[in-house]
Amino acid sequence: MSETSKSNKLNLRANSLRAYTMLAALVVIWLFFHWQTGSIFLTPRNLSNLMLQTSVTGIIAVGMLMVIISGNIDLSVGSLLALAGGISAIVLTKLGYGLVPAVLAAIAVGVLIGVFQGILTAYGNIPAFIVTLGGLLAWRGAIKGISQSETIPITDDSFKAIGQQYVDPNIGWVLAAIGILAIFFFAFRNAKAQKDYGVGDGNLGKELIKAVAPAIGIVVFIFVMNSYAGIPIPVLIFLAIALFGYFITNNTTFGRYIYAIGGNSEAARLSGINNKMVVLKVFGLLGAFTGIAAVIYTARVASGTPDAGTLLELDAIAACVIGGTSLMGGRGTVFGACLGALIMASLDNGMSLLNYADYTQELIKGSILVAAVGIDMVGQKS
Amino acid sequence: MNPILEMKNITKEFPGVKALDDVNLDLFEGEFHSLVGENGAGKSTLMKVLSGVYPYGTYEGEILVNGKERRFTTIREAEEAGIAIIFQELSLVKELTVGENIFLGREPAKFGIINWSEIYQKSAKLLKELNLNINPKTKVGNLGIGQQQLVEIAKALSQNAKILVLDEPTAALTESEVEILFDIVRDLKKRDVGMIYISHKLDEVFAMSDRVTVLRDGNTVATENALALDKDKVISLMVGRDVGDIFPVSTHDFGKVVLEAKHISAFDPDVANKKLVDDVSFEVREGEVLGIAGLMGAGRSELLSAIFGAWRGNHSGDVLVDGEMALINSPRDAIKHGIGFVTEDRKRYGLILDQTIMDNSTLAGLKQISGNFITHRSRELVATKEIMESLRVKANSPITVTSTLSGGNQQKVVLGKWLLTKPKVLFLDEPTRGIDVGAKQEIYAEINELAKQGLAIVMVSSELPEVLGLSDRILVLHEGRLTGEFTKANATPEKVMAAATATL
Repeated sequence: MSETSKSNKLNLRANSLRAYTMLAALVVIWLFFHWQTGSIFLTPRNLSNLMLQTSVTGIIAVGMLMVIISGNIDLSVGSLLALAGGISAIVLTKLGYGLVPAVLAAIAVGVLIGVFQGILTAYGNIPAFIVTLGGLLAWRGAIKGISQSETIPITDDSFKAIGQQYVDPNIGWVLAAIGILAIFFFAFRNAKAQKDYGVGDGNLGKELIKAVAPAIGIVVFIFVMNSYAGIPIPVLIFLAIALFGYFITNNTTFGRYIYAIGGNSEAARLSGINNKMVVLKVFGLLGAFTGIAAVIYTARVASGTPDAGTLLELDAIAACVIGGTSLMGGRGTVFGACLGALIMASLDNGMSLLNYADYTQELIKGSILVAAVGIDMVGQKS
Repeated sequence: MNPILEMKNITKEFPGVKALDDVNLDLFEGEFHSLVGENGAGKSTLMKVLSGVYPYGTYEGEILVNGKERRFTTIREAEEAGIAIIFQELSLVKELTVGENIFLGREPAKFGIINWSEIYQKSAKLLKELNLNINPKTKVGNLGIGQQQLVEIAKALSQNAKILVLDEPTAALTESEVEILFDIVRDLKKRDVGMIYISHKLDEVFAMSDRVTVLRDGNTVATENALALDKDKVISLMVGRDVGDIFPVSTHDFGKVVLEAKHISAFDPDVANKKLVDDVSFEVREGEVLGIAGLMGAGRSELLSAIFGAWRGNHSGDVLVDGEMALINSPRDAIKHGIGFVTEDRKRYGLILDQTIMDNSTLAGLKQISGNFITHRSRELVATKEIMESLRVKANSPITVTSTLSGGNQQKVVLGKWLLTKPKVLFLDEPTRGIDVGAKQEIYAEINELAKQGLAIVMVSSELPEVLGLSDRILVLHEGRLTGEFTKANATPEKVMAAATATL
């Protein structure tokens, strides 16, 4: 019994330890760059930029996380982003439809291809690695063919706004207020549920104290963003998707099934879970997120380019892995994946500010990826 | 004459279970020595000690080869000492040829360049010596299971094995292949190879053996000259023990028939047209415990799997729940019809070891317990706590990770998972495998209690006392077919074992 409780505590500690270690690593990276760049890194302008850089990778990382937790992988997202973005640009400029059809077209392309790859993986029993490796080549080829390898420029201001505009600072504060209210609402609800069901200690004070840190985080975040120009719209979309992903993985039966399938697919199947359908949906979800990311990317660079999103799949996978996701499936958190994306973007941003040569940047990023997982493995063993 | 192998006072413990308790076994040159016992009696464990699978230091006792003590820490060391084991699960590489397999890891080579003609010439010679008509350049995967087994024997002999262990070699062989095998055995006896033969097929045991050793519950109960024994005597030695009072004494009141299985057949997914379950029908009533006995490979788990919609191969037959035809194509359908299945091998099929007790125990009934789409942690906590209390799961919290629990507590979590689906019929497959006596007793009491509450229970178990002690009625399977049905009153270990070995 005492042994059980001991290892139990250790296990819980290991999980939060990982989150704290990652946060600490992020702080160290930020301070290092701030010092090296002569106090440029931690300015509202650069932080706003950094968040903007994080958003596309981050959105895809949230979807990728679910795919990886289910025990699969998707290598096609970079090419899919180019295809969805290119089609969106064509719908907007060449076909002359408006903003809404262009956005929906990108998302539809993402979902359709995601579901298609999900069907091949789950029902066709072709390993996801192979299906999406094929997709990596095929979707890139498709957009090159459709666009004749030419860039499609976008002039529509409303579309460009999705990638380039900022939310009015006042609206930022309204969102902050809503967010804080929601946090405290859930704290109350938690405490009440604990009391009603007679589980946990049902201590309202404790729940409220736990809500303080995130609330402060929101205030600081909005303050910093507003000190520059407000929250960038892509960042807002990223945060919404991260929250959605958090909700799916933590508070839905669907989310639980994803973890169950990745943890032990046979046990999941025997427990009545429709593994194939869940895997299909997970791929569809990542496809949808990729479509959304494609809109942002296309709007930001104001053109549909066949080369968009090259190697993006690797950034997204790296973000998940740095965030403590197991490539074997069954383990990983949205918070970790987002933090991983932020760490990757911070490295990019900081090293660019320092004018590191391309090759240096690549060497350092590669080393940090491997080191992060290495440290994680050592931590697990001990 | 001195024995070529002596295993003295071997004791091997697993957490909470003594698998071998002071076991002795010896073997002479050219001897054919059979090792028999129920499933779980310790036969395979003993052979794993001998072959270095369980290295020196993890067991107590001595192993002497040709009178010298040996301490094997790896399988390779045991092989070098002339001990070769043909395990039930084949250890050949299917994608390589017969010749490559025979010389795997010790290919004749100069400067790292393999001498292929030597491999194939030597292999061909070896196969010919054994009168095997197999081309050494054939891929092993293209051979039948029986021929693969014979290749494995050839491989063992090419390593000059003087002690050959055959673990259930004939289970997958056709009759003519069995004949080939026994010809080889006779030939090997002439070449002074000593053989330890593990089998459930007593006919074969008596046809070939010089001596027979019977293991029961990890103890050597007898080592006798084969001539001094007969089948009935061996069966009584295998099962002869007090059922004891660890089984709750009670009679159940049966209600109406809950589940009716009609003409269930299940085919091997890997071997075309091989029936693992052959036209089995049964029914079970409210409050009844139906035991299904049989030896390894009799098709018991496959039968339950097929009814539950979990069998991967082809299967046929009808299932009626509460008198109505139930179309069950997946475990999900079965759960909807009120069937629960505590599967065998909890680590492989039952638990997600990385996850908590709560996550595991609510998984099968998640939508009923927690919510259709949005989950409610508090509801799950309440359900988990209740089930932990009623099954007496020893863990300090519902969010304890299941990999840290003892086997007994893990088993209770799996049981709890299925009870939380509120089943009408509960299948139990080897519900007490690998757990300690105390936990066993608690699970027995729980099974009894569930039956009293009106649940219909179908229990597969390899432990005969368990089947006899708990069941109101017992079905016996042998090679996929129903070979016996007994009521609690007229079941004896001997009768059940006779039906299980089809020695009627």
